[in-house]
Amino acid sequence: MAKNKSPNLKVKIGKLILKNPVMAASGTFGYGEEYSEFVNLNKIGAVVVKGLSLLPKEGNPPPRIVETPAGMLNAIGLQNIGIENFIKDKLPFLKQFDTKIIVNFFGDSIKEYVKAAERLSSADGIHALEMNISCPNKQAGWSIFGTDPKVTSKVVHAVRKATDLTLIVKLSPNVTDIALMAKVAEDAGADAISLINTLTGMAIDIKTRKPKLANITGGLSGPAIKPVAVRMVWECRKAVRIPIIGMGGIISAEDAIEFLLAGAGAVAIGTANFINPKTMQNIIDGIRLFMIRENINDIKKLIGGLKC
Amino acid sequence: MLSTVNSLDPLLKRPFSLYRWLGQDFQILYKVVGRLTNILKDKKPHDTVEIIGPLGNGFPIIKGKDKPILIGGGLGSVPLFALAESIIQQSQIPPRPPLSKPWLVEGRWEDFKPVFFIGAKTRREVLYIDALKSIRIKPIVSTDDGSLGQKGTVLSVFNKFLTSNFSVLSSHLLYACGPKPMLQELSHITKKHSLTGYIALEENMACGIGACLSCVVNTIDGFKRVCKEGPVFSMEEIIW
Repeated sequence: MAKNKSPNLKVKIGKLILKNPVMAASGTFGYGEEYSEFVNLNKIGAVVVKGLSLLPKEGNPPPRIVETPAGMLNAIGLQNIGIENFIKDKLPFLKQFDTKIIVNFFGDSIKEYVKAAERLSSADGIHALEMNISCPNKQAGWSIFGTDPKVTSKVVHAVRKATDLTLIVKLSPNVTDIALMAKVAEDAGADAISLINTLTGMAIDIKTRKPKLANITGGLSGPAIKPVAVRMVWECRKAVRIPIIGMGGIISAEDAIEFLLAGAGAVAIGTANFINPKTMQNIIDGIRLFMIRENINDIKKLIGGLKC
Repeated sequence: MLSTVNSLDPLLKRPFSLYRWLGQDFQILYKVVGRLTNILKDKKPHDTVEIIGPLGNGFPIIKGKDKPILIGGGLGSVPLFALAESIIQQSQIPPRPPLSKPWLVEGRWEDFKPVFFIGAKTRREVLYIDALKSIRIKPIVSTDDGSLGQKGTVLSVFNKFLTSNFSVLSSHLLYACGPKPMLQELSHITKKHSLTGYIALEENMACGIGACLSCVVNTIDGFKRVCKEGPVFSMEEIIW
């Protein structure tokens, strides 16, 4: 055995081959540009850009975030510049880097999802689409895309027909049975699923008796949610064959390896990017070091390696 | 943005303004209010903290004849010290006129010297008056309880000053920082008197580099990020 040989970190998600399994989670990495002063984008597996809609969205009024023990609640409200502005102003910058560009998108109707997927698929340089059906900060009624299996099936089917790109469906943890939702997405044609999106939460200022977020509720992320996310990845792993992109509170290489063992074929880093812009690089280095130390030559030997 | 190293709680970095540049070093000034500042107060020399910065914009210094007016409320006074220092440096006025020729600079000095209003709840919370002396600025101090300087809020004192000096001040530039209600009230005052100026804002933020979109404020051009397009905004652009 060539013990000193650099281990193989390559993973495959749908048609995509990532140089390593670490990607930036949507909504925590802007359009890549914001972090490029701090992070060598060539080093990371993929960038998932902030969720886009056909038209620009203003988002929610502030305060939009509040910190909670080992976590944060956010209610940004999907503020974004719109698909056309992204293609025109942001995509050319991202394309310079040797990383995969995954575009997270959403719509307010099945028709809008399809239109958005079509437009993004016709742009040059986008490697995959991540369908957001699970934002906790959208208006009431919207959540059915991610929580009603029938509607989920319908919208994923429709988008599947509209794009040849690798299609990732981002699942909500705010459901009774996430494994069922994973299966629904797989059956409707998803190439991969990503989970978990944030958990709906709330925080109250006890003196003013007002919610700490203008939106009242928000999505909880950060280390506080990691055990829930690991459990959900494990449940989905048993239910589907397509790759899982695991996320939820990953802050270290050890956290990422937990997700890989639970069955994630790749991991996404979210809140931890806020704490330290170099987190993803540290995690990639940490995974490699762990593999060398444990004498594991290929990351595939970690994926789904849970013993139980 | 500052945090203690490898901490899960507090988790995110917190925004701090820079108080003073001292060559290669800089200082921040903070009040112990929450979990992070509580940890910070127990740090010893040579302990490590993690900082990303400086981030965002700063106060623009517009050269001209006008006398700048600085208004700091409570801890909001912190970023104004470095501004006062910069104004003096950029006006190319030596902090002390040469003793042999006091007349050389004295007239100009008085023209340029910022009028500095500092307000706080009580005497103990009035910041850096001694440091201001070293750059030859004598602030107009006010405290809510009257324990130092004039009794009242910094804005009530500023308002009084405005009434008696209005003709002199009409073309002068304001710089302010303080709690939101204070800045909101100030913007009403300035609007009434057709004054312009800049304010530094604070919001909850996660990343500090423009990605998370947490720290937005409503402006006449839509939401802007305090961390990136700010923290300094012109008074007229903020929608309160």
